[in-house]
Amino acid sequence: MSVNVTLLIVMGVLFASGIYLLLERSLTRVLLGIILVGNGVNLLILAAGGRSGHAPLYAADIPAEDYADPLPQALILTAIVITFAVTAFLLAMIYRSWVIARRDELTDDAEDRRVAAKSAYDFEEDSEVAVETSEFPEDADDDGAVEREGDPVRSAAARAAGERLANDFRQASSEESAGTNNHRRNRKAR
Amino acid sequence: MMGTQTAIDYAPLAVLLPIFGAALAFVLRRHVMAQRSVTIGALVVTLALESWMLVSAWQNGAQAVMIGGWAPPFGISLVVDEFSALMLVVSTAVSLTVLLYATGQGMADGDEDGPVSVFHPAYLILVAGVSNAFLAGDLFNLYVGFEILLTASYVLLTLGGTTARIRAGVTYVVVSVVSSVLFLVAIGMIYAATGTVNMADLAGKLADIDPGTQMVLHVMLLVAFGVKAAVFPLSFWLPDSYPTAPAPVTAVFAGLLTKVGVYAMIRTETLLFPGDRLNGPLMVVALLTMLVGILGALAQADFKRMLSFTLTSHIGYMVFGLATGSAVALAATVYYVAHHIIVQTSLFLVAGLMERRGGTTNVDRLGSLAKLSPVLAVLFFIPAMNLAGIPPFSGFLGKLGLLRGGVDLGTPLAWALLAGALVTSLLTLLAVARVWNRAFWRRAEDAEEPDPILLIAADGGASPAPVKAGPIVRGDSELLPRTMVYSTGALVLLGVSLTIFAGPLFDLADQSAQQMMERTPYIEAVLGGTNAGGGP
Repeated sequence: MSVNVTLLIVMGVLFASGIYLLLERSLTRVLLGIILVGNGVNLLILAAGGRSGHAPLYAADIPAEDYADPLPQALILTAIVITFAVTAFLLAMIYRSWVIARRDELTDDAEDRRVAAKSAYDFEEDSEVAVETSEFPEDADDDGAVEREGDPVRSAAARAAGERLANDFRQASSEESAGTNNHRRNRKAR
Repeated sequence: MMGTQTAIDYAPLAVLLPIFGAALAFVLRRHVMAQRSVTIGALVVTLALESWMLVSAWQNGAQAVMIGGWAPPFGISLVVDEFSALMLVVSTAVSLTVLLYATGQGMADGDEDGPVSVFHPAYLILVAGVSNAFLAGDLFNLYVGFEILLTASYVLLTLGGTTARIRAGVTYVVVSVVSSVLFLVAIGMIYAATGTVNMADLAGKLADIDPGTQMVLHVMLLVAFGVKAAVFPLSFWLPDSYPTAPAPVTAVFAGLLTKVGVYAMIRTETLLFPGDRLNGPLMVVALLTMLVGILGALAQADFKRMLSFTLTSHIGYMVFGLATGSAVALAATVYYVAHHIIVQTSLFLVAGLMERRGGTTNVDRLGSLAKLSPVLAVLFFIPAMNLAGIPPFSGFLGKLGLLRGGVDLGTPLAWALLAGALVTSLLTLLAVARVWNRAFWRRAEDAEEPDPILLIAADGGASPAPVKAGPIVRGDSELLPRTMVYSTGALVLLGVSLTIFAGPLFDLADQSAQQMMERTPYIEAVLGGTNAGGGP
């Protein structure tokens, strides 16, 4: 199978510049990269179909070898449609990103950064056993005793804060439920 | 006789029904109830049809149908064998449960219209794409199936278009497009080398070409599928993009999308490139996938992100079974894929329920859930233990099969993998136990900045006052709508039934593994049919 050199060079350029653009952080460039690479693949499939020939419309006097292979063309057609749909979707997404955040660049994942910034996982710190529910006496080991000294204060403060929040919430929800009750009563009355 | 003969003739409907349903649902976007009924109806009928196909495939082995009547190597063929039929049934059953869950959520939140009206059509298109990928008898149709499901998934992932979802969506779309391009390049090269894209035809023709070229094509396909299946060095995109989507969407993605990649890998390895040339590298990849994934999971505080990491980690088990290359391990892989679709999806649904009940999925901020909602605790506990592979559950049975395959192989690499698999299993247990201890077992007061929603009820439990009991009960049924709890429960039960019906299921898995290793049933189902019709 011989390959058309022009086609090959164009394909190479499309792939190279497409991949270069894909590596950028700017979304518009990434989109351009996807379009270029998509067209590079289409040329690759075209090249895979072998040499050119007659249009694949059957005529009795043309020998089978003279026709062009129609299958790659059907494949390319499908691939073009798919690339088109993806391009349209990406454009919409880039526009949305621009409307929301006024930026064309991909930002970092906040939670990912947070986890990465966290120091190594620490059992002592992470598994918070409340002092009063712990089965171990506080002075069982010296390291623990030093750390736990602050705990009662902290948990008391946390509880106070929690109760305050809970009170607010209870008030809000009781008002709300009073509201719905009124509604119900009204509806019944009607 | 007639019935079993014709089941396969309806195979195209497994793809077409959801697509027609999607069109109808799109037309009905202003009528929420009608849209829901159409979507659920389409999936129920598809599920019934696929169950029939599974029974037929179980009895008669692989069968193929030619679309439009073109002779096999040229036309589009859909192939149903035991493996693809099983995948179809499991995936549609899971999609249906998740759809009911999403319906419950929609009804509870009362979002009557808005961008959410696109959810149902996109969801049905997703199911159609998944079915098409499982049924595809040629590589290009497999590519089209992937593109259908991916395009639908782009829409579902960025539903609502919030900042976080757009950010996650961009990564997801770009990575998916690049992997699709790679797949398409591989298809183009395979066509150049062999002149066909039909998988049954390729099974014979690929063996004749130069081994170096074969290796290039093999690696390209594996890399393309590896991205979609989230195998280790190519899995970075998954924990980044999945957790931001709405709970039902993440659940169905986690269950189905990566498994389509795994399915494609299994098909490539067994049908197109039999033999063990790449089994060594695959084993290393499997080991790294398992370990890196689970270590990532342990570092997470957010339950959804943790689940995304366990998801990538457990893909390693499937690659392990595939790389072992024996019928025993392959059968276990088939069983494990079915198990993992169900269990991973139910855990993501539970995460959605936890978010509703506790206000967040960050386990540092959760507590008291076991007391507040015992039902939720049970719903979490069963699939969590199942995921970790605790004995009575299907996770244990699947892993046992995989380990047996590893022991049979007995190479040093296989032993390393065995050790890695056991360590991963233990670390999974540690990860889910941490979630249990914090979110369910400890008291909400001990959590960091707990949501007031947790504290009010915890307080009510400590000092039982009749005044408070009213609002709590009311709140509970509103926070956890019945439809959502029931559909999650149904999926958990389905996971448990994998244990109960493990006998017949393993028979099916064994049979399908045998057929895949033999290859001839599949090839004859596609190519044999024409010989009777007109000859090559």
